[in-house]
Amino acid sequence: MNWFHWLANPARFMRFAARLQPWIMALGLLTGAAGLYFGLFASPADYQQGETVRIMYVHVPSAWMAMFIYVVMAAAAGSFLIWKHPLADVAAQAAAPVGAGFTLMALITGALWGQPMWGTWWVWDARLTSVLILFFLYLGYIALVNAFDDPERGSKAGAILLLVGVVNIPIIKFSVDWWNTLHQPASVARMDGPSVDPSMLLPLLLMAGAFKLYFLYLLIVRMRGELTARRIRLLRLSDIA
Amino acid sequence: MKSFLVLVRRDLSLALRQGSDAAMALMFFVIVVTLFPLGVGPEPGVLERISSGIVWVAALLAAMLSLDRLFQADYDDGSLELMLLTPVPLELLVLAKCLAHWLTTGLPMLLIAPLLGIFMNMHTDAFPVLLASMALGTPVLSLLGGVGAALVLGARRAGTLVALLVLPLTIPLLIFGVSAVEAAVTGQSAKAQLLILGAMLMACLPLAPWATAAALRQAAG
Repeated sequence: MNWFHWLANPARFMRFAARLQPWIMALGLLTGAAGLYFGLFASPADYQQGETVRIMYVHVPSAWMAMFIYVVMAAAAGSFLIWKHPLADVAAQAAAPVGAGFTLMALITGALWGQPMWGTWWVWDARLTSVLILFFLYLGYIALVNAFDDPERGSKAGAILLLVGVVNIPIIKFSVDWWNTLHQPASVARMDGPSVDPSMLLPLLLMAGAFKLYFLYLLIVRMRGELTARRIRLLRLSDIA
Repeated sequence: MKSFLVLVRRDLSLALRQGSDAAMALMFFVIVVTLFPLGVGPEPGVLERISSGIVWVAALLAAMLSLDRLFQADYDDGSLELMLLTPVPLELLVLAKCLAHWLTTGLPMLLIAPLLGIFMNMHTDAFPVLLASMALGTPVLSLLGGVGAALVLGARRAGTLVALLVLPLTIPLLIFGVSAVEAAVTGQSAKAQLLILGAMLMACLPLAPWATAAALRQAAG
């Protein structure tokens, strides 16, 4: 918990993040390039799905990110409400548009894959519907945070909304097990080991790692931007006074 | 317990004396449903097919419309701060307000739903299930709506925002409410869907007032 409080100082966080940023970018570019190479060239086409299986290397990691970022935001909201951690709220607000983007990407790539495979862009099955709800939750959070004249009120209301919306996460995760849906059940995180062939699992995991690093990079950029904007606002206010 | 009943009685008499608010949500409910036969055409087969969905969607929208009077007036005139100061747990007071809200919007909608079912050519065998699903579902609407209404207190364009926040959370309710009625229309047992609706109510009953109270505290504090 020590580093958690150590980073609570915005100035310290700015210095720490600035040092971390280039490393995350380098590592992310490397993982992403490797993932794309293995995903597009060095992995076999599926014996049933053909080349469309490669959509999976974008679709599945984005869907993981969509849920992961929401959980991160909810955890940040919790630590903002409980410990009044000053950066947690900045992190949650910075992550929201990124999360909404990944959710949209999961939905769109899913539709592109669904058209040739299922013969339809969209079906109202449990997993698709619950991911769409997740997308609306992201948008609702962004709308709520920006709806107040007092930013403090927006932060707190948004944090409570994030915690309420957490109920959707287990519904998305287990929707394919609870309901008999068109969407295939989990094939990577299973008790008896992944049922995906290693040649396909490798690019999938590489892309997932690259997406995580990309998110971390964007999060740092957006948090530094927001902290700088706050500092400028304070300077302007002190100019007026 | 006494203050719980006092608050329910206060909200009920407020709603009944300025009756227009509660009546408006009900009229909205009826008008939305009557628009559909005009919009999709009056063929009985089509109407019967979509009746359960329309009644449920209209109920959701009408409930959204009535949410702003749940806490807004108390927030504006300062009664909310007095409620925060009382020794009674805020969660209990929230529950009382949600109960009063349900009695003035959910219950009238529930009572008029069979009439709308007749409008929409719904099979009369499905009426008990329609009533049961709405009896379990509309209280959840009031409870979830309470969370939304408390979150948007003091926000710009709160009325639109609350619908954006609450409607996504009510989608599971809509799915199981409609599929219960559809099961009854096609002559199957609707027990599973009704049990799930009951489970949602049981989950919302303790959890929603808790979140609402947290939102109210930060709105007033």
